[in-house]
Amino acid sequence: MQKTLKKYFVIFTVPTLLAFAFAFIIPFIQGLYLSFCEFTTVKNAKWVGLNNYVRAFTDNKDFLNALLLTACFTIVSILTINLFAFAIALLLTRKMKGTNLFRTVFFMPNLIGGIVLGYTWQQMINAVLLRYETTIVSNAKYGFIGLVILMNWQMIGYMMIIYIAGLQNVPTDLIEAAQIDGATPWQRLTKVTIPMVMPSITICMFLTLSNSFKLFDQNKALTDGAPMNKTELLALNIYRTYYARTGYEGVGQAKAVMFFVLVAVIALVQLRLTRSKEVDQ
Amino acid sequence: MTKRRVTNAIIYVILSLLTVAFLYPLIFILINSFKGKFFISKDPFAIPSGDTFVGLSNYVNGLMKTGLLSAIGYSFFITIVSVALIILFTSMTAYYISRIKSKVTSVIYYMFTFSMIVPFQMVMFTMTSLADKFHLRNPLGMCFLYLGFGAGLSVFMFAGFVKSIPLEIEEAAMIDGCNPLQNFFRVVFPILKPTAITVAILNAMWIWNDFLLPYLVIGVSTKYKTIPVVVQMLVGSNGNKDMGALMAMLVLAIIPIIIFYLFCQKYIIEGVVAGAVKG
Repeated sequence: MQKTLKKYFVIFTVPTLLAFAFAFIIPFIQGLYLSFCEFTTVKNAKWVGLNNYVRAFTDNKDFLNALLLTACFTIVSILTINLFAFAIALLLTRKMKGTNLFRTVFFMPNLIGGIVLGYTWQQMINAVLLRYETTIVSNAKYGFIGLVILMNWQMIGYMMIIYIAGLQNVPTDLIEAAQIDGATPWQRLTKVTIPMVMPSITICMFLTLSNSFKLFDQNKALTDGAPMNKTELLALNIYRTYYARTGYEGVGQAKAVMFFVLVAVIALVQLRLTRSKEVDQ
Repeated sequence: MTKRRVTNAIIYVILSLLTVAFLYPLIFILINSFKGKFFISKDPFAIPSGDTFVGLSNYVNGLMKTGLLSAIGYSFFITIVSVALIILFTSMTAYYISRIKSKVTSVIYYMFTFSMIVPFQMVMFTMTSLADKFHLRNPLGMCFLYLGFGAGLSVFMFAGFVKSIPLEIEEAAMIDGCNPLQNFFRVVFPILKPTAITVAILNAMWIWNDFLLPYLVIGVSTKYKTIPVVVQMLVGSNGNKDMGALMAMLVLAIIPIIIFYLFCQKYIIEGVVAGAVKG
């Protein structure tokens, strides 16, 4: 069977591989190379070594600031989203009537795209700030808090669904046994339930981390970095290095490479760390 | 027993308050889409009545200004065609590289997996110029690029499932005289259906909402704009923006998603859980 299938290599794989080469492989390799070049289009590249990487940090402080802001934003988002999502999931797994309706509502924002969602929240937040005669772009604090609220609104439902799936898999006899042994509700939660849903916690931490770290659309729509690039996350900073200034294409590409390395390292490290804490059933 | 009742009542109150908080932003833009633009900035939380109510004029204005209707059309076209291409071709590729074990196929598999962790900014610039060179700046070109971008996750998910299909079924089909293509479409693909639904939903969700790829590849000056691009233009292009039209266009952009969600809720939620666990 293997032999006959082997002859069909072209039919089975070439369409996907061709599209994959255009969308990913060629641009990725070119991008890696161009990060060491000065260029304005792909054709006029001139090798400059590590110059772009140095310039990303020395030309101005925007990249470092964006990195710090992204780190803060990611930490705050991970904590708030997972805390709320887990709490709501606990409330919705108490076998009460009507929980499906709540689940449906809480999950819905997740389907709305970042641009549409960003402008919706921009209008909402500006309407609130109108009472204080200010707007979201006048103070970086408002922009940051706005982004956190928006991210919570969008991601809580998603994480809640994963936590509910995890909580439903915790065997009830385990919890009953703890109850008979005299464990308090808090002890049952921290000593039985949480260790049992550790795999779900791993997944949710990983998802919130990578989604917050790579956030772009919502950031662009909500504040577009205003005021003075103070609410600019990494992805937006890279985008604007490319397209808002000429002569910075190489620097933008070097930033993109560093961004990619960070995303890859964080993803691998975190997956390792939390996987080792999981409990075997 | 009464204690449990009291707790439940409190929980219902909390959940109801949360429901209001979750729905409020949507209600807010819906209310304001029926108000005159002057009244939106004056009293954004008021319910439209009398003077402030302008009927559908924000909708008419917005549609005239932006061409959102054609954008909805292009969004539908690009999403549906891309998802169809992804399902068809990535399932075939995943099947091939899981059944044929060789150095080449394992390198291909790892490249697909690797592409999942690479952020879009890494390939943004080079991919756009490549698309320009090969005349991909049109809806069909976009579908082709989405096949490439969607391939990583989709091949990964299909391959995970193909491994669990016992070879005996296929061997029986081969003995009955099926060639590999017939075998794939008549025997393997029907078994892959649950995964195909998950893959379709995950891809449809991000392609429909994707902003940067169509914005960079198709751009703002052609007629092939998608919904997120139109919404961005409405706000980004002129400083003196028409808030009423913006609210109306946001409502129109959200309606298709909510309809889709209400009809396919079960599959969407299952798909998202399956996708999260695998990815």
